[in-house]
Amino acid sequence: MAPFDLQALIGNSGSYFLYLAIGFGFGFILESSGFGDARRLAAQFYFRELRVIKVMFTAIVVAMTLIFWSTALGLLDYDEIWVNPTYLWPGIVGGLIMGLGFIMGGYCPGTSLVSMVTLKLDGMFFALGMVTGILAFGETVGYFNAFWHSGAMGRFTLPEFLHLETGWVVFLVVCMALVMFVGFEWIRGAIYGKAK
Amino acid sequence: MNNVADKTRYWNPYVSGVLLGLLLFLSFFLTGHGLGASGGVNRMVVAVEDLVIPEHVDRTPYIAQMAGGDRDPLGHWIVWQVVGVLLGGFVSGLLRGRVKVQTYHGPQISSHTRWGYAFIGGVLMGYGARLARGCTSGQALSGGAVMSVGSWAFMLAVFAGGYGVAWFFRRLWQAGE
Repeated sequence: MAPFDLQALIGNSGSYFLYLAIGFGFGFILESSGFGDARRLAAQFYFRELRVIKVMFTAIVVAMTLIFWSTALGLLDYDEIWVNPTYLWPGIVGGLIMGLGFIMGGYCPGTSLVSMVTLKLDGMFFALGMVTGILAFGETVGYFNAFWHSGAMGRFTLPEFLHLETGWVVFLVVCMALVMFVGFEWIRGAIYGKAK
Repeated sequence: MNNVADKTRYWNPYVSGVLLGLLLFLSFFLTGHGLGASGGVNRMVVAVEDLVIPEHVDRTPYIAQMAGGDRDPLGHWIVWQVVGVLLGGFVSGLLRGRVKVQTYHGPQISSHTRWGYAFIGGVLMGYGARLARGCTSGQALSGGAVMSVGSWAFMLAVFAGGYGVAWFFRRLWQAGE
């Protein structure tokens, strides 16, 4: 049953090659979606273009549904896949800082790599800043370790939080994505007109 | 701006989303992990630190857990995935003639202004992503798909932060009023 013990199956170099291939696909899709261009990413926050939300939530819905079905069919062991442990407060504060960083810088870490490697200078400056920020975090986290571990809830999932069957959560997230797609289009139309 | 030509050059966002979703599922199915970016960059940064100032690395707990003593910060799946992202982005850009030196900036600001803001934004992103234990890829996309409560809270915070300050920085991205 999936996920597989890659170490035993294809060894060290085999697994590294697999991760390299997955990363290749990820970078290829990001660039092909226009995510190497900060203007298109930032446009999401002015409702001018909605690529960010369309790509991201379509991907989440597709992956979530497939994970749910393969688990239900007994092909995938959900307990064995990595679910980001919840540390509520640093997650929320970090997220707010990133929202500000996104508006100022125009990229997120992954998209800046794609921008940089296609020789966009703004992507390179962003990536340089990102490295600086990462370095600064490693040097300063020692001063606020308690906060960095605050709101710890371990592996905590939406079905547990909402007290609902997983299938219902998947259904609700799909509905939410559809409402968002329609709603954001409507807002864009109201601001910029239907023409574009 | 020739929007028609631009649009035909990039994939339809829903098509991109489906492909990205399939890739994300495949990643979880085969490896048990989702996608990531900032974590890989983090380990590359630490690897350089470990070369330059190894004693300091051993003394700083957060970094030592990745590179202290004999530990190799680069022997981790996410590093290889980030190398793949760089290659994949490059090949995609190359095939479409988009690999060229240029600066993307809003119509109201110069390239130099853009570089300055890009750097500051990058610092905030790098710091925030480590504070939140992941970025848009590792937390929002991957954690979102496996229904982590923390990842959904994080995702809401990123969008709330972005929409909350967008108006103040509109001169960076929008045309003049």
